[in-house]
Amino acid sequence: MSHFRELLESGSFVVTGEIAPPLGTDISAMAASVWALASVCDAINVTDNQGATLHLSSLAASRVVHEMGVEPIFQQTCRDRNRLALQSDLLAAWTFGLTTLLAVTGDDPRSGDHPEAKGVFDLDSTQLIQMARGFNEGHDMKGRDLKGATDFLIGAAMFPEAEPWDIQQARIEEKMAAGARFFQTQAVFDLDKFQRAADVVHAAGAKVIAGILVLRSPRVIRFINERLAGLMVPDHIAARIERAEDAAEEAVLLAIEQARALRQIADGVHVMPLGLDAAVPRIIREAGIKE
Amino acid sequence: MIITRPREWGRIRRQLADLGATRVFITGCGECATVAHTGGEPEVLAAKERLEEEGLTVTGWSVGDVTCHAGGQRLEARKHACEIESADAVLVLACGAGVQTVADTTTKPVTPGLESVFLGNVVRNGVFEERCQMCGDCVLDRTAGICPVTTCPKGLLNGPCGGMWNGMCEVVADRECTHVLIRRRLAEQGRAIKAEPLPPKDYSKKLKPGRVDIRPKHGGRKAGGAS
Repeated sequence: MSHFRELLESGSFVVTGEIAPPLGTDISAMAASVWALASVCDAINVTDNQGATLHLSSLAASRVVHEMGVEPIFQQTCRDRNRLALQSDLLAAWTFGLTTLLAVTGDDPRSGDHPEAKGVFDLDSTQLIQMARGFNEGHDMKGRDLKGATDFLIGAAMFPEAEPWDIQQARIEEKMAAGARFFQTQAVFDLDKFQRAADVVHAAGAKVIAGILVLRSPRVIRFINERLAGLMVPDHIAARIERAEDAAEEAVLLAIEQARALRQIADGVHVMPLGLDAAVPRIIREAGIKE
Repeated sequence: MIITRPREWGRIRRQLADLGATRVFITGCGECATVAHTGGEPEVLAAKERLEEEGLTVTGWSVGDVTCHAGGQRLEARKHACEIESADAVLVLACGAGVQTVADTTTKPVTPGLESVFLGNVVRNGVFEERCQMCGDCVLDRTAGICPVTTCPKGLLNGPCGGMWNGMCEVVADRECTHVLIRRRLAEQGRAIKAEPLPPKDYSKKLKPGRVDIRPKHGGRKAGGAS
């Protein structure tokens, strides 16, 4: 069993990070990010053409991370592949030694760098989760037996702060019923809203890893508010970073506070460093999560 | 209703130039393109005037009842046979189905003057919205009469996706999220907002190319049910 899964399922507080594969074939910068995060991360998410912009595939990059001796969380979106491709890539992932899956919808191509592209969305994230669960049970989407099943730890995304909450709650419950065993969330800014989501997840025996963004500059905050789907930095947080003499330092201090607070509610934290990879070990250590 | 948009005029002119056409017959459509204000009589006459201003000859024009109706269009072509015969090309201000119906009735080159964009509801005069994609596998019984395949920009059957914020869509920012609307209406009808997820769509039911033949198998004109 994967170490990450063992930690998560045994109730340890986990830390995950995130890297983006390169636009091209030179993986040196990506590898440097992996090394920067590996000392404190139990697993590292490898994004799948994030923001609908072209990158090296998550499958290949996850394999690279795995070969480096670090556990990847293989992200799959529904945007770029139909059900045949999704299934064969999931089988490929398992044969590559990738054991943890994060199944997400994917941003619309219109928000990315190939706005002319056709969004596939043959399946949605719930159906992708169901498909992966079927693989774990030894059968494909058509119910045919696989020669060699998988045993993925299946994760899903959630956005605990998005309203209306009753509908979000229904979504979370549907994803768990479909087979999601853990969630990774969008950046958390409101602990009360995160708590209500955690309660729903824990009631079903699943786990939730809370997202933390390192808001390293006012420019990054503007980018997030204007460009990133489904994310909004609250005014009081934006003001704190804007007013700071050293915005990057303030962002790290904020992340440390958030990590400390989330430690009481969540099953782990997912740090999205937005380029400040080197700050991640400090955030985790100063939050008292790891030595 | 098939919703069409006018094709960029310069492109229409290049199409005609590529055909070496200086004499043009124009066909509109009395049905959808009339309602869409893209290929009714006023638009056909405007195109005629513009071509003439630009030095071309318009040999004639017609706006039949329904341009995509093969029988009707054959009649229309017969009515205007001399005018079409004396033209170098036929410019069609109708949807793509209409353009092809016209092309089937003449040996002259036929060229489109509109872009066909979607099957639309007429919300009010001049406002059209896409509500159905004719997928062949209707889910409206499960979705409170709101089609997620069409009205969710990603076409997700189960949602909302992670981009929904305060009930609004992330892709088309001034739209309410289809999946929020569906679940709200289900709740208003006393139905569960959380149910078994909809299964993946059966795209084999999307006939491509589409063809339906409901005629009785052994001839005659007796009523035949939809098969």
